[in-house]
Amino acid sequence: MTVHAPIAPAAGCSEPVVQRQRGQHAVFCGLTGIIWMHRKIQDAFFLVVGSRTCAHLIQSAAGVMIFAEPRFATAILEERDLAGMVDAHEELDRVVDQLLARRPDIKLLFLVGSCPSEVIKLDLGRAAQRLDKRFNPGCRVLSYSGSGIETTFTQGEDAALSAMVPGLPASGTPEASLLIVGALADVVEDQFRRMLGEMGIRNVAFFPPRRSTDMPSVGPNTHMLLAQPFLAETARLLETRGAQRLAAPFPLGVEGTTAWLAAAAAAFGVQQGAFDAATSGPRERATKALARYQPELGGKSIFFFPDSQLEAPLARFLANEVGMRIAEVGVPYLHAKHLAHDMALLPAGTLITEGADVDQQMDRCREARPDLVVCGLGLANPLEAEGLNTKWSIELVFTPIHGYEQAGDLAELFARPFNRKARLKVGAPQSRTAFARQGDPRPAEAASCS
Amino acid sequence: MQLTVWTYEGPPHVGAIRIATAMKDVHYVLHAPQGDTYADLLFTMIERRDHRTPVTYTTFQARDLGGDTADIFQRACLDAHERFKPAAILVGASCTAELLQDNPAGLAAALNLPVPVVPLELPSYQKKENWGASETFYRLTRALLADRAQGFVRAERAPGSRPRCNLLGPTALGFRHRDDITEVSRLLAQLGVDVNVVAPFGASVADIARIPDADFNISLYPEIADVTARWLERTFRQPTIRTVPIGVGATTDFIHEVVKAAGLDPAVADTVIGSRLPWYSRSVDSTYLTGKRVFIFGDATHVIAAARIATEEMGFTVVGVGTYTREFAREVRALAEKLGVEALISEDYLEVEARISELQPELVLGTQMERHIAKRLRVACAVISAPVHVQDFPARYSPQMGFEGANVIFDSWIHPLMMGLEEHLIGMFRGDFEFSDGAAASHLGAGHGSHTAAADARHDAVPAPEPVMANAAISAIPPAATGASIIWATDAELELKKIPFFVRGKARRNTERFAIQQGVDLITVDTLYDAKAHFGR
Repeated sequence: MTVHAPIAPAAGCSEPVVQRQRGQHAVFCGLTGIIWMHRKIQDAFFLVVGSRTCAHLIQSAAGVMIFAEPRFATAILEERDLAGMVDAHEELDRVVDQLLARRPDIKLLFLVGSCPSEVIKLDLGRAAQRLDKRFNPGCRVLSYSGSGIETTFTQGEDAALSAMVPGLPASGTPEASLLIVGALADVVEDQFRRMLGEMGIRNVAFFPPRRSTDMPSVGPNTHMLLAQPFLAETARLLETRGAQRLAAPFPLGVEGTTAWLAAAAAAFGVQQGAFDAATSGPRERATKALARYQPELGGKSIFFFPDSQLEAPLARFLANEVGMRIAEVGVPYLHAKHLAHDMALLPAGTLITEGADVDQQMDRCREARPDLVVCGLGLANPLEAEGLNTKWSIELVFTPIHGYEQAGDLAELFARPFNRKARLKVGAPQSRTAFARQGDPRPAEAASCS
Repeated sequence: MQLTVWTYEGPPHVGAIRIATAMKDVHYVLHAPQGDTYADLLFTMIERRDHRTPVTYTTFQARDLGGDTADIFQRACLDAHERFKPAAILVGASCTAELLQDNPAGLAAALNLPVPVVPLELPSYQKKENWGASETFYRLTRALLADRAQGFVRAERAPGSRPRCNLLGPTALGFRHRDDITEVSRLLAQLGVDVNVVAPFGASVADIARIPDADFNISLYPEIADVTARWLERTFRQPTIRTVPIGVGATTDFIHEVVKAAGLDPAVADTVIGSRLPWYSRSVDSTYLTGKRVFIFGDATHVIAAARIATEEMGFTVVGVGTYTREFAREVRALAEKLGVEALISEDYLEVEARISELQPELVLGTQMERHIAKRLRVACAVISAPVHVQDFPARYSPQMGFEGANVIFDSWIHPLMMGLEEHLIGMFRGDFEFSDGAAASHLGAGHGSHTAAADARHDAVPAPEPVMANAAISAIPPAATGASIIWATDAELELKKIPFFVRGKARRNTERFAIQQGVDLITVDTLYDAKAHFGR
């Protein structure tokens, strides 16, 4: 008996309730994706064409730390660029020359559009074509927009991958291949490759690749499995190249990972026995790892502010595998087709809020008093100060969380705030003296010294 | 277009957010696209603030551009006023909204809100963060004091009453501003001077209105306060004290200026308890500090102060100074001229790295950026200036200003250095395996100072510039300092390696310079020691 694909979700009474809001958003723009993308593709460089704000954003989101010279930079637009005193395209060519002279190891250069470059309609597509003619072979030049007016946080990855799709080689063989789409931690890729290999699926490629010279090929024999829920445009473009999307929930937790792998197994006609042989070990380990967190997390309520589009699969995992209660799932936007399986697996009547008015959402959150709030870095400390437990949402994007071996780690990320709370005997919000606005009272030792 | 890897300053609207966040009851409505809200995390994460920044971002999107972004802005103003009930509202645009030309000033004025609305014009494509903070503080103060400025007459201070001053310039996200306020207030209290208002840090709109009640102003951070202080000087006849009390000498000068401005008995200046720094610098163990070569980079105020401490209070030799604060480039150039070095005025961190690399200092006093540069170049470093990092908000009391600030500075500058005899022992017994080049000062332990993973990674990645050819009597080594073709004999090269790594670069450059002067093209052991005798240490 071959493996069955995950059952398509049925519409009906168990559907989540979706409400839509407009208002102030507290989310990153797509430029933030550069922080993980520039480490994922090791010979790529991301040149943002934008303002000082763009440069400051990436640097701040990256934690203002310089562990190594980054493979990103900003070409900061200046007054004379805007006033037309210089030709912006000539300026860009000059900056790219300067950059590639410094970094001859770069094989793929992305020109990344920003809010200002979009508003002044600087055509980076044209610039990329021109520069590609000059530097390719040696270095390919592509462009995409990570602007906040068009992209939210993880959509920056979608835009970057989309830019690479037209250049992917066409697959020349009739042999079926599996393409896993979305940046994953290297260790997670290796785990998936190993398990799929054990099932007999050996023609597996990951997109984006670790090196730009290893681009996967794509064609009508390509089955594509999305590893991330924010790749709408990439998936659409891959479909135009002939790839067939395998519908599945996303590979978070045991349930998600099993169904996700099953989608691949079904497409490749893998026998149930082979599937079980490849997955049962890791699956049991993951189940065991999760069991430790069920007492800590079970019955606790959780509230998601919109951030990465990972919210629905995460809520599904937390509800079904560790027994959390879902108060609200905020999503920056909702790609219903790609999230159909995860949404169907959510507890009946789960409230999903698409878009946001952050002030109103804060009100609802305070009203709900959830046990845990998943939110951005700008809101986390203020909410902690109000006595709410928080989990930074960005950590969920920067940590390996996919697959069986990471299921326990994923649960641990949500358990840690409770763990910390249980340990700390000092500084509960009600007893804390107000900081921030008055400044600290002068400590006694300062008065008595010297 | 300017190629930028890391920036020392954010855009000017971040400076405005630093003012709004520092204050108690001011709200900033910023016309900005989605994504610009990242600025909030600077305050909640780096400074660990426990409140949201008082900023409403309009977060318009592409689909709004064809429609009415002006309407979105007006609704945001009304909502912010309704929800947060601020005592004053700042309105403005970030870089993208500036291009839309929606005119936030006019749109906000049209709403007739019942609180002062102060429009900010912060040209994002010309100016930067500190300028934005300065401009915002100035515009806000001017607006809130407009009524009092009309026909203001300064009354004589009542006999017997204590003199009062304002502390101007500390903001949110400032380098040690929190503790500097405490230290300077304490110093003033010892002198018998009351602090009338501290602004913008911790000030309310009502506090700003009380600024003219003070007898004089203290401009603690000229980058932020100077413009406002000058206006207060003209408008309210309040003299400004401009000496920034960082270091023992500057603090002493500051005290004398305060005494004079406050009309106090000059003898009171001697009653203030001083710093441990002067004795520590004269203590015999500190002879190892004498003549250490330091490079200083940061905001102008902290660089100028650090240069004085380095030369007059620690006995260092300043080999280079620079700043990213273009607004105060003149002052830093004047300082450089006085020190006989070249000033580096730049916001390009790669240029700063190149300069440090070229000068080969033994200690870098800089920002977090220079800390990383120094780590890569394996030079000791202490942080003296913004841009700030979470490490610059220590839990302990840690001012830079006043006499306690001088104590803190003494400790933090010498901490990364080799201590006295340890340095000598390394010079004497370089064969000891635990005294290898990479070994950091022993009090720093493994994983600190120069011997870090990052430094190693860099070191491994870059081919060592000292290849010694096997079985050859001479090795062709590209000279570090010049383009001339000088060759190092192998034994000279090995002798050079016996010099501790932190002065080896200097020894190499001096020897090559000497060789060129002498017309020598093969450097031998003798040339090395001839050069040493010629240049001295």
